[in-house]
Parts: sequence; structure tokens; C-alpha cells
Amino acid sequence: MTEASEALLLARTQFGLNIAFHILFPAINVALAWFLVYFRVRHLRSGDPQWLATYKLWVRIFALTFAMGVVSGITMSFQFGTNWPGYMLKVGNIAGPLLAYEVLTAFFLEATFLGVMLFGMNRVSPRVHLLATVMVGVGTALSAFWILALNSWMQTPAGHGYDAGQLIAEDWLQVIFNPSFPYRLVHMLLASGLTAAFLVAGLSAWRLLRAPQDAGAARTLRSGAFVAAVLTPLQIVAGDLHGLNTLEHQPAKIAAVEAIWHTQKGVPLVLFAIPDDARRRNDFAIEVPKLASLILRHDAEAELQGLDRFAPEHPPVAPLFFAFRGMVAIGVLMLALAWTAAWCLRRRAAVLPRPLLWGFAAFTFSGWIATLCGWLVTEIGRQPWLVTGILRTAEAAGGVREASLGASLTGYLLVYAVMLLAYMVVITHIAGEGAKA
Amino acid sequence: MTLDLPLVFALLMGAAILAYVVLDGYDLGVGMLMPGASAAEQDVMVASIGPFWDANETWLVLGVGILLVAFPAAHGWILGALYLPVAGMLIGLMLRGVAFEFRVKAEGWHRELWNWLFWFGSFVASFAQGFMLGRYLTAFQPGWAYFLFALLVGAALCGGYVLLGATWLVLRTEGELQRRARAWARWGLGWVALGVALVSLATPLVSEAVREKWFAWPRILYMSALPLATLAAWLWVWRSLDRSDGKPFAGTVAIFALAFGGLAYSVFPYVVLGGMTIWQAAAHPSALMVVLVGAAIVLPVLVGYTAFAYRVFRGKVRTERYEH
Repeated sequence: MTEASEALLLARTQFGLNIAFHILFPAINVALAWFLVYFRVRHLRSGDPQWLATYKLWVRIFALTFAMGVVSGITMSFQFGTNWPGYMLKVGNIAGPLLAYEVLTAFFLEATFLGVMLFGMNRVSPRVHLLATVMVGVGTALSAFWILALNSWMQTPAGHGYDAGQLIAEDWLQVIFNPSFPYRLVHMLLASGLTAAFLVAGLSAWRLLRAPQDAGAARTLRSGAFVAAVLTPLQIVAGDLHGLNTLEHQPAKIAAVEAIWHTQKGVPLVLFAIPDDARRRNDFAIEVPKLASLILRHDAEAELQGLDRFAPEHPPVAPLFFAFRGMVAIGVLMLALAWTAAWCLRRRAAVLPRPLLWGFAAFTFSGWIATLCGWLVTEIGRQPWLVTGILRTAEAAGGVREASLGASLTGYLLVYAVMLLAYMVVITHIAGEGAKA
Repeated sequence: MTLDLPLVFALLMGAAILAYVVLDGYDLGVGMLMPGASAAEQDVMVASIGPFWDANETWLVLGVGILLVAFPAAHGWILGALYLPVAGMLIGLMLRGVAFEFRVKAEGWHRELWNWLFWFGSFVASFAQGFMLGRYLTAFQPGWAYFLFALLVGAALCGGYVLLGATWLVLRTEGELQRRARAWARWGLGWVALGVALVSLATPLVSEAVREKWFAWPRILYMSALPLATLAAWLWVWRSLDRSDGKPFAGTVAIFALAFGGLAYSVFPYVVLGGMTIWQAAAHPSALMVVLVGAAIVLPVLVGYTAFAYRVFRGKVRTERYEH
């Protein structure tokens, strides 16, 4: 490898690692905030101290998750400039304002009201405290809105023009509501809902395995399982629509996801294969005839564009192919688990059998894996572009020496590994102790 | 008259960075003072900053965000040149931030470890910020003398944050801890005097442009008001330390604001000293305008709910346990 391409790889690895680490925490909190609102409202309505204890337990987990998100997010505001100096120079007039709106409308809102939510229960009235909790939820949702607007614009740019060679926004509504944005926003919000639901259900199941009589844990397990049972099928539909939208706007991404090397009619769905990027074919393929055409075009004989149409300018096939299948597999398992549990819990006093409790405990962090798989599909699927058709990833890198990148990457890796381990141990411990009324 | 957008954004960025330095400065200062306190006092110290630190740290994102959004060319330049100290600062802030949450949930030696990481993260972040300031003020020039200068500024900023943290504790605590905080503040004042003197002497030596701005006749006559006011604030803090709860913190904020104003005056109109002015680095006017409109609407609301949060937690820190 040349020095430049090695530095590019290091810059990508570092940024990718950071963003992958960061996304874990908002993925939980965007939706967990609304679980907190629900617990708080249940307590205010019923006066039942058990709901307050439940709220306090999950607030602790929320606070910890929030801190993890904040510290890893700050890092990103620096790495935008250091790892990708060419990015802001080329599309800064679009990316900049979107990021600025995220900071102004979301970050301060959530961080300030978080203080009131965490420490203010004895200092403000219950209504104001509930309002603070709602504001934290609104802040996290706004944050998702702006960052996904930017991310979607990078995938499917719209509403921009040029002024004396500088790329500028001509129509901000088109920039924000670009073609893939509504699909990606819904898909991500549902992903957050599922991540939080399985976390709530999983940690509650973990508690119930240790203390079967814990009524609070039984209630939160119920909440998590029902939310999961409703959101999982919605997510499958949203994901399918998002895929059709991608087929229209980024056909190379879909061709890579489905490992379709050659343009043809009546394309089979590849269930499993080892895609060989060098020889441009699939080894050990297990296929269902015509199913890919049927799914993507709703017509078994329809033609699908293969990677040959885009060569050599298409994303790598193997990572997309496997990450997508990982995501779908987890989605199917989630559906099976959530619906089985919802069926068992259909009566009020019902309890889950132990195997299902173990199932939920095992799926505590399943939302993370599915989210990361989906994130890999969408971001690697954009390559070789950083901003589709406008800026190549390689053009945006540079500036920082390889040795500096290597040293800081090692530092970040070490800190992230320790933080992630500590986080998972501590929240499992908190939940395992149970809520104290 | 047309609006000079780069100038407006330079002022906004300055305000955001000053807000960060003062607000997170007292958080970091309290963090650095942790080893000097007993276990019970440590809980009070952390409780005094607990509701605020998240929002305080957000001012850093806003400051860097404005640099990124309004002066994209300078963002890459400055943060590229400061890559390793920035990485050090970020790792320090990470350790500090998560140690906050982990320490209250841990027991025994785990708790000791997170307390230590809380101190260590606060110290590394503070020192790195001072080091970055030192490198920035000497336009990232190579050579051991410049590095020595940056190291000294790093140490001085730690002292400055200790002063902020100690006077914050004087404001928010009572009894033995407050008495001790007053002593810590005197120690911090010494470091601040050294730091301000050092930077004031070194910056003109390093840069011809800075020398010109301060010492040209007759400008020196009215520009000397700034160092004199800083000295007055310093003396005020020193005198009020034993008599007042609120004045030392207010005086310290004044010292930081005056010193920051002096630095901003030295650097202006450059965003990279001697390398790039704010007008050369600025983003397209259309982008700046759309952010300015948003900022004009949101900032007053933001200041409003921030004031609300400080009102909710006004007065001395209560020792009762919070949700944690």
C-alpha cells in the first residue's frame, strides 16, 4: 500500500470506529427517553411508588448512556475537521449549518434539562420535572433529525447549486428533505425503539432470572416486550421501503447488498454465498430463483442492474452482503422472540417461562448489533463516494500524519474498549440489583 | 450597510469559547481538586457540578462547531496542527465524563479507581487545553523553546481552572470544605498571575504583529487599561476571599474574561495567527446567514433555560443523595 492510501485507511478506521462507538448510545437513548416519560407518567397518575422506583432505576442507566454519548460525540466534532479536511472545504456550506442546528436546537436542550431531570426531582414540581424529562426526549429526537438529514444528504444529495465554484444550498427544504431522508429517519427511529425495547426487556429478564418475584422487573419486561412486538414488524416494513428507495437512488448499493454481479432478468435471491470481489462472482451460493426480482421490483421476471453496470466504481461486496444478512437475521429473531413473548403475556398476570427470559437476556444488546450492521451497509454502500457524485472519500482525507493517526487510534481503541466493558458491566449490575422503592 | 458576517461569527465563537472556558473551567478545576478532599467532601464537590457539566461541555461543541461551520479552512488547519494535544484533551474529557457516572455506581477500590480517573481526566483535559493555547499563540512554530512555552501555558491554565473550581466551591459549599477551598483559591491565584504574566510577555516577543498592536504609541496608553483592570480583578479576588462567598468567583470570571479579551485583541483579525484572517477562512455568506438566523432565534431561548437550570440549583449544595 502507498503511504497515502495507508493514511486514508487509518483515517477511515479511526473515524468509523469513533462513529460506531458513538452511535451505540444515542441508539439507546433516543427511545429510552420516552420509556422514562412513560414510567414517570404512570407514577404521577397512579401514585404507585413502584413506578417511581422503576423510573429511578432507568434514569441511572439513561444518565450513564448519555454521558457515554456526549463524550464520544464531542470527539466527532473534532474529527470532522482533522480526519476529513476536504469534506468541510467542499460541502461545508451544507454540512456546517445542519451540524450547527443540531448543536443549537438539540445538544443544549437535552444536556440542560438532563441536569434538571437527574438532580432536580426534589427541587421542582412533579409537572416541571416531567416537562424536563420530555424536553430531554425532544432534544434527543431533534439531534437524530439533524444528523440524519446530513447523513441522508450525503447519500442522496439534493437542493444544492454552485456559486463561483463553491457548493452552496439553493433550497434548504430540499437539502433537508432529500429523497432518502424520510426513510432513513423512520428506519433509525424505529431502530432506536427496538434497541431500547430489547435493552429494557433484556435487563428486566436478567433481573427476573435472579429474583422471579420482582414485580417492577416483570412490569418493565412487559413494557419492553410489547413495544418490541409492535415495532419489529413496523421496522421490517420500513426497512423494505427504505431498500426500494435505495434501489431507485443508489442502485449500486443494492446490487452489492444482493451480490448481483451481472445485469439480468429474473434475478435469484442469494441466501448465502462467499462473494469473491477479485473474480467478481459468488462461491458456494445458495439461491432462490427469481426472488430478488420479485422482492425488489414486485415482478419475478424484472431486470435488475448488476455490479457490471457500475464497475469499477462500486462499493465492496462482501461486507455489505454479510452485514445486511446479519441485520435481517437479527430482525427475524427479534420478531419471533417478541411475538412469542407477547402471546405468553397476553393476560395481565402472566409470567414468562425461563427459556424466554434467557432469550431476552441474550438479546439485551441485539439492537446494537442490528444497528451497526445497518450502519455498515449504508455507509460502506456509499463508497467510493463520501458525498454521492460530489466528493470522493479519498479526496476528503489528508492533513494528519500517519504516525499521529496510529498513536491516537491506539489511544482511542484502548479507552473505548475499557469504557464499553465498564458500561455493559455496570448497567447489567444496576439492573441485576433491581429497583429499590 | 451590509453585515460583516465573518466578524459576527468571530464574536460568537469568542463568546462560546469564553463561556466554555469559564463554565467547564470550574468543572475541571473541581475535578483537579478531588485528591485534596475526604471521601464525603468529594461527594459534595461532585454534587456541586453534577447538574451542569453536560451542558457546560456542550459550549465546547458550539465553539468548535462555529469554527467548523464558519471558518472551515481554519478548522482543518488548527486542529490538524494540534492533532495530538486535541486527542489527549478528548481522551481526558472522556475519562472525566464517564468517571462522573461510574464513580457513584461503584464501591470499594472500583470507586477509588474512578475517582482517580476523574482527577486524571480533568487534569489531562485542562493541561491539553493550555498546551493547545500555547501552541496556537505561537502559530505552531517548531523548536523546543516554543514547546516549553506551551507546557508552561498548560500548567498555568490548570492553575486558572483550579482557581475557578476553588472559588466555585467557596460559592456553593459550607464549613470545612469551604474553608479549604479558600486556601486552594490562593494557590490558584498564584498560578494565574504567573500564567497571565507569561502569556502577556511572550506573545509580543513571538509575534511582531502582536507587539505592534499593544505597544505602538499612543495606543499603549489606552490599551494598558486591560492589564490594569486584570490586576484590579486579581487584587479584588485576593482581598474578598476571606470575606465573601460570591465575590471571589465573580472576580475570577472577570479575570478570565479580561485575559480572554486581551488574547482576542492580540489575535484579531487572524484566525490562524499570521496565516489566515477570519475573512479568508470564512464559509459562503449563504451558509453563514442561515446559521445566524437560527442562532438569533435559538440562543435567547438557550440562555433562558440555562438560567432556569442555574436557578433551580441555586444556593449551597444540599448533601442529600440525588437519584443516583
